[in-house]
Amino acid sequence: MTSATAHNGTEPTIVFPKQWKRRHLLDLESLTAEEITILLDVAQQLKEITQNCRRKVPLLTGKTCANLFFENSTRTRNSFSLAAKRLGADTVEFNSSGSSVAKGETFVDTAKTIEAMGVDWVVTRHGTPGTPHLLARELGCSVLNAGDGPHDHPTQGLLDMLTVRQHRGSIAGLTVALVGDIAHSRTARSNIWGLSKLGAHVIICGPPTLVSPRWTELGFEVAHHLDDILPRCDVLNLLRIQFERQRARPFPSVHEYAALYAMNGERMRKAKDDILIMAPGPINRGVEITPEVADGPHSVILEQVNNGIAVRMAALWLLAGANDRN
Amino acid sequence: MQQIPPSNLLIENGRLIDPSQKLDRVGRLLISDGLISAVDPSDGDLPASIQRIDASNQIVAPGLVDLGVEMREPGFEEDETIRSGGLAALAGGYTSVLCTSNTSPCVDSPGAVEFVRQKAAKAAGAKVHVIGCVSKGGEGEQMAELGLLAEAGAVAFSDTPKSMPNDALLKRALEYCRMFNLPIIDRPEVPDLANNGVMHDGQTALVLGLKGLPTEAEDLAVARDVRLAEATEGRLHVGPVSTMGAVDMIRRVKARGIQVSASVCPHNLCLSDEELRCFDARFKVHPPLRSQRHVETLRHAVIDGTIDAIQSGHMPRSREKKMNDLDLSPFGAATLETTLSTIITYLINQRSMDWMTAIDRLSTAPAKIAGVQGGTLKVSSAADVVVIDPSSRWTVDGNQFVSRCNSSTLDGCQLDGIVRLTIVDGEIRHDNS
Repeated sequence: MTSATAHNGTEPTIVFPKQWKRRHLLDLESLTAEEITILLDVAQQLKEITQNCRRKVPLLTGKTCANLFFENSTRTRNSFSLAAKRLGADTVEFNSSGSSVAKGETFVDTAKTIEAMGVDWVVTRHGTPGTPHLLARELGCSVLNAGDGPHDHPTQGLLDMLTVRQHRGSIAGLTVALVGDIAHSRTARSNIWGLSKLGAHVIICGPPTLVSPRWTELGFEVAHHLDDILPRCDVLNLLRIQFERQRARPFPSVHEYAALYAMNGERMRKAKDDILIMAPGPINRGVEITPEVADGPHSVILEQVNNGIAVRMAALWLLAGANDRN
Repeated sequence: MQQIPPSNLLIENGRLIDPSQKLDRVGRLLISDGLISAVDPSDGDLPASIQRIDASNQIVAPGLVDLGVEMREPGFEEDETIRSGGLAALAGGYTSVLCTSNTSPCVDSPGAVEFVRQKAAKAAGAKVHVIGCVSKGGEGEQMAELGLLAEAGAVAFSDTPKSMPNDALLKRALEYCRMFNLPIIDRPEVPDLANNGVMHDGQTALVLGLKGLPTEAEDLAVARDVRLAEATEGRLHVGPVSTMGAVDMIRRVKARGIQVSASVCPHNLCLSDEELRCFDARFKVHPPLRSQRHVETLRHAVIDGTIDAIQSGHMPRSREKKMNDLDLSPFGAATLETTLSTIITYLINQRSMDWMTAIDRLSTAPAKIAGVQGGTLKVSSAADVVVIDPSSRWTVDGNQFVSRCNSSTLDGCQLDGIVRLTIVDGEIRHDNS
């Protein structure tokens, strides 16, 4: 599978990048800038080959992708399923409710059972950080992390970066602010690692109860007042407040949070003319973003969704290629 | 059970180290009738029938004493039993261990104390001393019958691994225990601040997205504990401790002459929270692996005596429990069989701690804190002795442990120092020659 063709054996083709060796995609923290760039380049090519992720190309025919989701998900699971199907692979869906996990089976045993059915990739989402890493040690097939607690969500980080790159050509030199519930956000961490590796200046913004000062020790800019940093930003990524992960409410009220951090029309007037507004979704309209901004001309939220399929196709194809070469 | 009469043992050519009499020299040790009968006896004083042990290039020291080992029986025999824990202790060079009260049912009645003592007597492992609960049911509300527990043989009281949540109860218990002259042991942690954390709350937890156990959860509990010890003049032992803040507080109250002792676990002296980067639950231990600054501070504190004792922190948990992800896996690891080698490898052989200090922290000091036999090679004391081959190297393999628990933070590591013999009351109970 070093190269493949679409359109019934005619142009265009895609060449497997020899530098790609990884069999698993567990987090963006451990990837190099080169590897991230390969993923983005391949995603871009696959997006074009599949005509905006709408056509099917038989790059992965005969392979099977298992979605092993131990936490609720709509967009990510469907996005992975579509990505696999667009490349001709079969999919197996697994939900933790009503399964053996509910009967006391450990998730490793569940994963091994699914693997024994003959799958090539396990796409997993779990509430505990490190569970994909644990599966990667226990399973023979490729493991893709579709979100492990607040730790990492590599394909989300990649699709955010792909979206920025499509609009700006390059990530390097841009100022990107991640705003909101950093403490509980895997999207934040994926963005932090991915963007910084590709040369962006990352600002982490939110109340001190959700933004640890330790990020400064790691070399990132921390801000608590959105209005102070807004004029400098090329991109804003507005993260959802994850009420379900919070043990104690980190701010007095949603009303107060919205007043301090919601991106609204008034704030848009203080921003750069070409600012990109992103949100990983699901969005809480009126909390982190008002409808006029979410649906406004600077919003690229729906492009992000489409790019999600592209980066997931890229990840599946690259991991399968590395596996076949071993 | 058939009683085998204790024989006469002469351990020759070994380096005798005994902090209780500041003894550090090559010599010979005579053991008769279960007691140390002479240091460097002349040939004329030797009994006719005698077993000679050549301990050339080896260390001969009082057997190790542990201030808090979880034996898990009754109630959690899949993790450990009094027998397997007692034998694991022997393999680690321990001749006496205090066993914690957090069994099911817990040790809050004289009958429960008696159960442990009887089981231990049959096991022929290390000597097992019982820690009774401070509170009824270990629930931290009402004081347990401490006097009756003491009468049944409890040597200390603790609700460990839980910290005492109720300030008033801790104060009352410290006051009340003065009439038995027995210590209260508190594992310091404010539950509200520790709330469901799985690892040290630091940079690594931030990056990994794992819930943190903040140092202030321990610092605040230590501050409360030592202040109550001062107010009541009760006997208090805090431990294991793991933070710079705890060390600082203990150092300051000791300087004021307040009677408080403290202990530390070996993993907190050699490993940092960076180990969790692989997300392996075998590094989920309590106290948690802290950052390197805490590790360095704890090393200095145990060397300078601010921290009096090293305790294994043995918290055995079965394989199936530890196989889980980091949220579901319980805290705990098997440490009895690696503690001595850890101290040799990371402290003695790094030339930061001498043998005399090490044996004091592992044996003499904990024996004194708990008020139990051991920790000495003085003539007429119980012959609880360990013979250590300090230069042999071995690779830790949890599956080879005597303990029922195979989870170790040091699995696969090479450690220096092998326990050659463990002698309890003059009887060789562990022989790895």
